[in-house]
Amino acid sequence: MADHNSMGIASELQFFGKMTASISHEIKNVIAIINESAGLLEDYSLMAEKGIPVDPARLKTVSERISSQIKRADGITKNLNNLAHSVDEFHKSVGIKETLELAVGLAQRLADMRSITLELKPPSDLSTVITSPFHLQNLIWQILDFAMDVSGDGKTVGLTFETGKASVKIRFTGLEGLRGLSETAFPTEKEKVLLQVLRATIHEDVEAREINLILPKDMDQQSSANI
Amino acid sequence: MRVLLVDDEQELVETLAERLGIRGIEARWTTNGDAALELIDQEDFDLAVLDVKIPGINGINLHKMMKEKCPRMKFIFMTGHGSQDDFAAGSAETGVDYYLLKPVTIDELLHKMNELMNK
Repeated sequence: MADHNSMGIASELQFFGKMTASISHEIKNVIAIINESAGLLEDYSLMAEKGIPVDPARLKTVSERISSQIKRADGITKNLNNLAHSVDEFHKSVGIKETLELAVGLAQRLADMRSITLELKPPSDLSTVITSPFHLQNLIWQILDFAMDVSGDGKTVGLTFETGKASVKIRFTGLEGLRGLSETAFPTEKEKVLLQVLRATIHEDVEAREINLILPKDMDQQSSANI
Repeated sequence: MRVLLVDDEQELVETLAERLGIRGIEARWTTNGDAALELIDQEDFDLAVLDVKIPGINGINLHKMMKEKCPRMKFIFMTGHGSQDDFAAGSAETGVDYYLLKPVTIDELLHKMNELMNK
């Protein structure tokens, strides 16, 4: 079995690769839509040159389509940039709401591929934790990946969080297919290494159909505690 | 020629269908595999253009299922990434007639469509 260090590095690279591959696919789709829309505008202008009337409403629709795809591309590249900068510092104060927004943004396409809806329902809470942003994103993805597998017929995974005195609880809810972590291979060694790095713990609540990730407010100051 | 376009990016298939329509090709579109299977039960198509990665049934499995239902139908895959080697391996494995890399030019798509239909 690989030691924790090499397993950690492999897991980090796998996560980075998975996210960037998904983002590049999404960017390709945006480019393809803009490409076809530009082509359609060219078709309209050729039609107009031949005296075939072109409905101005159609031109407006295509132009709006291009604008919305540019906004989409802007959001995708912002997420990519945030992910890239998450490795800048090993210890950093990060907003939980922003962290979850990025996690959902990164996972959205992969969830869509599995026909699963991700519902981010953060409280109006500006909680922050001092943690390793990249490892936290990696761990949230690993839990989300498992949560999507056990989302059951509801095919929806909710994300929210609660703030305690010394820790923050991130809740993955609506897991209709959750049968208990003891009955599954989750968390695997990969997640255990990340939990150790972040000094976090993971708990299930089968009755509530949710998994809870407990993060210390400062990973250097104390171990996580239940809130 | 009647064409079915399947891609989860609705704006892409919608626009592509309109552009094919302008060129006299009747194109229908859908954004998922289940709907594609329903459509080929209800209507006749000569050719399908499928995205490799679509929600639910993926493009590779969808191709197999469609081929079983409509053995004479021709197929073109559209994909976001890949090299010629990947495409050659993919074609050998799936029996798909062509792979095209996004973004596809309309002329390239029409050329492949015509080539396939004249085979």
